[in-house]
Amino acid sequence: MIDFSLGDEQKQIQSLARQFAREVIAPRAAHFDREESFPREIVERAAELGLLNVGAPVETGGLGLSMLDEVVIGEELAWGCMGIYSILMASELGITPIVLGGSSEQQERFLRPLVERGGLAAFALSEPDNGSDAAAMKTRAVFGGDEVVLNGSKMWITNGGIADVTVVFASFDPEARHRGVAAVVVEKGVEGLSFQKIHGKLGQRAAHTAELVFDNVRVPRGNVLGEPGDGFRIAMRTLDRTRIPVAAGSVGVARRALDEAASYARERHAFGQPIVDFQAIQFKLADMKIGLETARWQTYYAAWLVDSGMPHTEASAIAKCYASDVAFAAANEALHVHGGYGYVDEFPVAKLLRDVKLNQIYEGTNEIQRVVIARGLRK
Amino acid sequence: MNFDLPDELLLMQTSVREFAQREIATVAPELDRNPRFPWETLRKMGELGLLGVLTPERYGGAGLDTLSYVVLLEEISAADASHGTIMAVTNGLPQAMLLEYGSDEQMQRYLPRLASGEWVGSFCLSEPHCGSDAVAMRTRAERTESGYRLDGTKAWITSGGEAQLYLVMAKTDPKGGARGVSCFLVEKDTPGMEFGRPEEKLGQHAATTTSVTFDGCEVPREARLGPEGQGFILAMASLDGGRIGIAAQAVGIARAALHAARDYAAERQAFGQAIREFQGVQFKLADMATRLEAARLLTLQAAWLKDRGYRVTREASMAKLFASESANFVTNAAIQIFGGYGYSRDYPVERYFRDARVTEIYEGTSEIQRMVIGRQLYREKGR
Repeated sequence: MIDFSLGDEQKQIQSLARQFAREVIAPRAAHFDREESFPREIVERAAELGLLNVGAPVETGGLGLSMLDEVVIGEELAWGCMGIYSILMASELGITPIVLGGSSEQQERFLRPLVERGGLAAFALSEPDNGSDAAAMKTRAVFGGDEVVLNGSKMWITNGGIADVTVVFASFDPEARHRGVAAVVVEKGVEGLSFQKIHGKLGQRAAHTAELVFDNVRVPRGNVLGEPGDGFRIAMRTLDRTRIPVAAGSVGVARRALDEAASYARERHAFGQPIVDFQAIQFKLADMKIGLETARWQTYYAAWLVDSGMPHTEASAIAKCYASDVAFAAANEALHVHGGYGYVDEFPVAKLLRDVKLNQIYEGTNEIQRVVIARGLRK
Repeated sequence: MNFDLPDELLLMQTSVREFAQREIATVAPELDRNPRFPWETLRKMGELGLLGVLTPERYGGAGLDTLSYVVLLEEISAADASHGTIMAVTNGLPQAMLLEYGSDEQMQRYLPRLASGEWVGSFCLSEPHCGSDAVAMRTRAERTESGYRLDGTKAWITSGGEAQLYLVMAKTDPKGGARGVSCFLVEKDTPGMEFGRPEEKLGQHAATTTSVTFDGCEVPREARLGPEGQGFILAMASLDGGRIGIAAQAVGIARAALHAARDYAAERQAFGQAIREFQGVQFKLADMATRLEAARLLTLQAAWLKDRGYRVTREASMAKLFASESANFVTNAAIQIFGGYGYSRDYPVERYFRDARVTEIYEGTSEIQRMVIGRQLYREKGR
């Protein structure tokens, strides 16, 4: 049996998130992009409305929303601003290893205060010299007594340094490669942890991205998620899920691009008629619509697999890769439909293109997604 | 058939490449961050003849052909697209149009200043509500006793407020459609002329872009370039040459991106080897290189035909369309090869990507090029 409808509660959170995106995020998006500053008030407001850390389990005081709920919200928020959505999305990414790999004691200890305070989480896997190749990781974890000591640096960390809770992946046995990786929870303010904000990103400038440096950072042994050697598996299981919200964000950007392009094409006149009357423009809009609908359904499908407890590695890779490619094409075409106006900051479409380029890169480049998809085909 | 560039041109190419990499590529990141019109480097380009490539030596230009022009423009654009745009506009439109249609007096007054780089020239066709649709143009030029009075607003003017000479299309006969447009040479400090604030653009930040407003701006009769009512036709004919320039610029940007990606793929390690060893990366680089070469050959062909006196409307549009789409493909793929680093300002590829985008828009969008090519297929059935 197949049912393509959203439930009543899902429709309610969708309309809540849509209103928030339209009234709170979108009007301020250009400002935070230009200033490259963190939209603290918007994040606080999102937390009050229950749009932050939505996947935190009910047992820890969270809403325990499903993946489908999360993608429905994600599309709406990204419609308003992909960069601001990334802050919230990265926090879900940060709590996911704790949800998947943490004991109930660890969940209680790390997630409850986060939910109560409306704090942010972060996920620290990539390093300056390696990203998806996690076995090449250089950050070291040394176990001794009741402590773990961390040394090394992590790159491209969204919410890095400002998050209350950061899950750090570090190798305690380089010989064992990915079996020698531990997932360690590090709380803000611990001695030896510093960060450097990365300025001048092409887009998503409202999102705070940093390099994290660990200089003899000591945390209790009880902050290790699962067994010491479980880190890589926890990271991969996390990304198998969290690629789906990236797909949802891409769908939101694609929808925004289509909205902007269609409305401009109805207004702008050339050669005596609105340009929407030219078939060349109609075909662009039609292609954007085709991409939007198919990307959304693939995203919903991957989310549904997660919620149903079924294997979803391949479906989430397809959703992330396809939706971000679709959204990039849509943003690019929307810019083009605007002509010269698309190239200036006065209109939001150039920002859509700058922002959405990152969706093809983070949480595993689209090349890595293709590697994942092809792996299943080689067996 | 002979695909060799002439020896003198190869020598010039080498020296302009060294100049561009030394003097321009080094300042490009800073100009992108803190935009300003790059007069210092433009003066140096002027000394080398790069701002009057096609203008004969008797007017102070370099007196070279279109082939040389596109080869040198590629070098400048590979160092910085904004310099390429300023160079393409001042060479390809004001000077080319003066040479083609100017009176002796007009040529003597303006060409030496433009060719030396003392002045920069600008071209004003688009308006806020219309670009390639000249019939919808609203800027008026009404006859006065001694000349014309201009009223209206022009948009997206490259070098606006910085250039000293503006070629302005305005309607002398509002009912005359495309044949009701005339072209005027307007100097910067003419009363009644005002510039808007520089536009905040996705890319090409150093190539200042503004609107230009004319409010009762009086110019003498001698300021008209070519016959009354012929302005749009002259402008369209000149855009053939202008579009070859944009094609060369796009090739330059794409080359810079390809080389950066090629070098990075040899350095960056993943899964125990340089990423250039992965077929996924190899194929991307191969596609980038293939499109770049094809774009360059279309550009060189259009220039070569133009030098032989052929009408190149179709070839220029094809070169511009293909080269600009290729530049967007190549710069985007380059970011992808760089991954996170490609998205940051520490490496130049995100700037190449932003700079390349507008090559598909200015001097006629890709859609307009397709209309031109589609139309020329029937007009030139013999070729």
